[in-house]
Amino acid sequence: MSTETAPSTVNPGKASMQDAIKENLREYGLVLALVVIMLFFGYMTNGILFLPVNLTNVVLQNSYIIVMALGMLLVIVAGHIDLSVGAVAGFVGAVAAILMVDYGVNPLLAGLLCIALGGAIGGVQGYFIAFMKIPSFIVTLAGMLVFKGLLLNVLSGRSVGPFPPLFQLLSAGFIPDVIGRWTIAAPTLNAAGNPMPGTGIVLHSTTMLIGVLIVAVMLYFALASRKSRESHGYNAEPFVFFVLKNFVIAGIILFLMYKFASFRGLPNVLVVMGLLIGVFVFVTKRMTFGRRIYAMGGNEKASKLSGIHTERLTFMIFVIMGMLAALAGLIYSARLNMATPKAGAGLELDVIAAVFVGGASALGGVGQVMGAVIGAFIMGVMNNGMGIMGINIDWQQVIKGLVLLGAVAFDLYNKKKA
Amino acid sequence: MNDTILEMRGITKTFPGVKALQDVNLDVRAGEILAVVGENGAGKSTLMKVLSGVYPFGDYSGEIRYFGQENRFSGIHDSERVGIVIIHQELALVPLLSIAENIFLGNEQARFGVIDWNLVRTKAAALLRKVGLREDPDTLVTNIGTGKQQLVEIAKALAKDVKLLILDEPTASLSEKDSEALLNLLLEFKAQGMSCILISHKLNEVKKVADRVTVIRDGRTIETMDKDAITEDRIITSMVGRSLEDRFPSRTPKIGETIFEVKNWVVHHPIHPERQIIKGINLNVRKGEVVGIAGLMGAGRTEFAMSVFGHSYGTGISGEVYLHGKPADTSTVGRAIEAGLAYATEDRKTYGLNLIDHIKHNVTLAHLQGVSRSGVIDDMAEVKVANDYRRKTNIRSSSVYQITGNLSGGNQQKVVLSKWLFSKPDVLILDEPTRGIDVGAKYEIYGIINQLADEGKGVLVISSEMPELLGICDRIYVLNEGRIVGELGREEASQEKIMRAIVRGEERAVQ
Repeated sequence: MSTETAPSTVNPGKASMQDAIKENLREYGLVLALVVIMLFFGYMTNGILFLPVNLTNVVLQNSYIIVMALGMLLVIVAGHIDLSVGAVAGFVGAVAAILMVDYGVNPLLAGLLCIALGGAIGGVQGYFIAFMKIPSFIVTLAGMLVFKGLLLNVLSGRSVGPFPPLFQLLSAGFIPDVIGRWTIAAPTLNAAGNPMPGTGIVLHSTTMLIGVLIVAVMLYFALASRKSRESHGYNAEPFVFFVLKNFVIAGIILFLMYKFASFRGLPNVLVVMGLLIGVFVFVTKRMTFGRRIYAMGGNEKASKLSGIHTERLTFMIFVIMGMLAALAGLIYSARLNMATPKAGAGLELDVIAAVFVGGASALGGVGQVMGAVIGAFIMGVMNNGMGIMGINIDWQQVIKGLVLLGAVAFDLYNKKKA
Repeated sequence: MNDTILEMRGITKTFPGVKALQDVNLDVRAGEILAVVGENGAGKSTLMKVLSGVYPFGDYSGEIRYFGQENRFSGIHDSERVGIVIIHQELALVPLLSIAENIFLGNEQARFGVIDWNLVRTKAAALLRKVGLREDPDTLVTNIGTGKQQLVEIAKALAKDVKLLILDEPTASLSEKDSEALLNLLLEFKAQGMSCILISHKLNEVKKVADRVTVIRDGRTIETMDKDAITEDRIITSMVGRSLEDRFPSRTPKIGETIFEVKNWVVHHPIHPERQIIKGINLNVRKGEVVGIAGLMGAGRTEFAMSVFGHSYGTGISGEVYLHGKPADTSTVGRAIEAGLAYATEDRKTYGLNLIDHIKHNVTLAHLQGVSRSGVIDDMAEVKVANDYRRKTNIRSSSVYQITGNLSGGNQQKVVLSKWLFSKPDVLILDEPTRGIDVGAKYEIYGIINQLADEGKGVLVISSEMPELLGICDRIYVLNEGRIVGELGREEASQEKIMRAIVRGEERAVQ
């Protein structure tokens, strides 16, 4: 079982093309799956899926799932679960509505208060899990019941809305076009003198510029990291492969940005999401905090004996989860433009499914932020695509369930083979 | 045919890289108690696992004849069907089931899957009378003491119609009185014609009940003596008599001032806080010195080390720790590491490594601040550290990105050592640093220990292998039942002296 070879030198030369493909296929297998699923539904819906307005919709529909999936990834990697996030999101959304609509609190202040409230809720649950050693499944199941009940209680059966316009911008707004429209092909005007939809190309130039900037920064860092590896004498993938890989990723980013730009530009919530994803990728990949979470999920006893304060770490993770659930609640209620007694119900299952489809292990210690994000998009695109195709909600549920099971089974099968 | 009921001939069993048993012979006669003695790791438990079918036929070579018939067990069920029942050192009872349920676990008194509870209770009560346990069969096992649990195990064996009962260290966790009762019970069974194999460290017990003693050392049978030939001296000589050869790299110790000192260390059991596990230990390690802690399993060595290292074991801990002559706070693992202490565990899979992660991440885990700035890890620095230690400790792997779960035991141990070397300690406590690894890797690890001592660090080595302690230590403490019962310098130390100190622990022969 052990693969013992003679100690190889520090620089075993360049990795072969085959190795590079094999390694990256595992890493980018999920991206590939998402692309395939998008192409499939693009074909089945006669291209409706790829319409700029629809792609924007997919992002808006799934933003709160993705925000919570970021926290859930940490929770699951740490070897826990959080069943309360849907209820917490619904409850916090209701509190936000009451603060802003009933009491006229400034939306920014109310938003901050709500996120603090989410952190406090996470902290209480985290305390029972980390320090009282009650299994997270039980604590958060209790939390789910409690906050579902409190949601009904604070709303006492009514729906509260609409929100102040400033708050609505969180989910319904787009970044301002500071540079101005960029008309590539003038649209055909209709009888009333308005542009007809689907004709001409008028781009939101700020969005396009941001897209180009992101690609430039990404390429810069990819090159710098490659240089650094080479200068330290560690092997890098073949240059051709490197170029091809980055070319494809850059292409996908530019394509999506182009789609957004030809509608109304980047949605505000996508910017928030993008920043959060960036922070979480950095924290999990580069920071000691993230490393300790993986170590704890992989072997809690060994981590403890290595000086990691596992209780405090678990507590922190649930505080973060609570804050993200609160933010998701804000996004959710801003999108609906009201708080309802049924808000957030069942969201936790979509979030958990996204993380597992994204390759995380239920045993802890394994999982990637980008995996969870892509997992959420896979589920989101399927929802959207099946909706456009007119598949009934009952069959949608069945298909989603089978995809979750299939994705995890496929992942396990792959790992066994490796 | 004479009255021999079991013959094991030429049993050989190998694990990857280790010959655990080599041409072992053993026989048991009808109605006798055969004691099997040997050091930790001599191969006693492995031999019993071969006998009881835990290692199925084909996994070992040799022949087992039982009542004149050759047996080829493919599992523990086969051996139990013919009346060979083994009671392991760690009891295999389900704590939250009743005594009666435990007795018939896997052997339920049922018709068509429906349990006949009246039959269960009647039978259980009869068996309990047989073993002299006066408890209601409906009592939960968790509510009775260890001694009584041991009796439940025996009742369970009797329920299986046992002809040959094997007991692995049955009195290891029993009080004097319970041990006495258990041994008397064995003598009673013997009078009824049952045969018994007793594995034990306690030579006074062996002398009391055994008809014959078979000594095993290094996976071989050394000798079998009859009742009138049994003496403690002869057993000890047989158990330990082996040469040290060139299994240890040489070193000229350069010993400085005291670097590490523990005073009046007392620790209580984490679940039963009234039980004292460590009963006032004083010891010290000097700069450049390798100090050993000898003792049998259950003597409290690991418990001592883990309680010192961040209070990772036990409750009600008291005593002082000094590093460089100054009092040191080791009450959490983080503080212990900061104070300059490192502890490499005896159980690397459970407590040592994150087996699903690669070498690089494991090596830096205890000292992440060494490769990071304001919480951000410098990947290149980390790769460099991992590669340095991989070379230094000679970890055989394709790269530092190999998953530690796929490494051999010796290489896993080197990863654990690397992790603690990188935490830059002044004093290292190494708990069974060579357990379960092959001879070559052992030699390399001794080399690392020597090098640490040469660098002026203090090294405390806990080991069950006495030759290892004698081969690498400048000084050896002997620990028994939570107390230091002996301290031996390099010149005076010998296996006989250590064994004597353990066996006669109560005399507290501090030299």
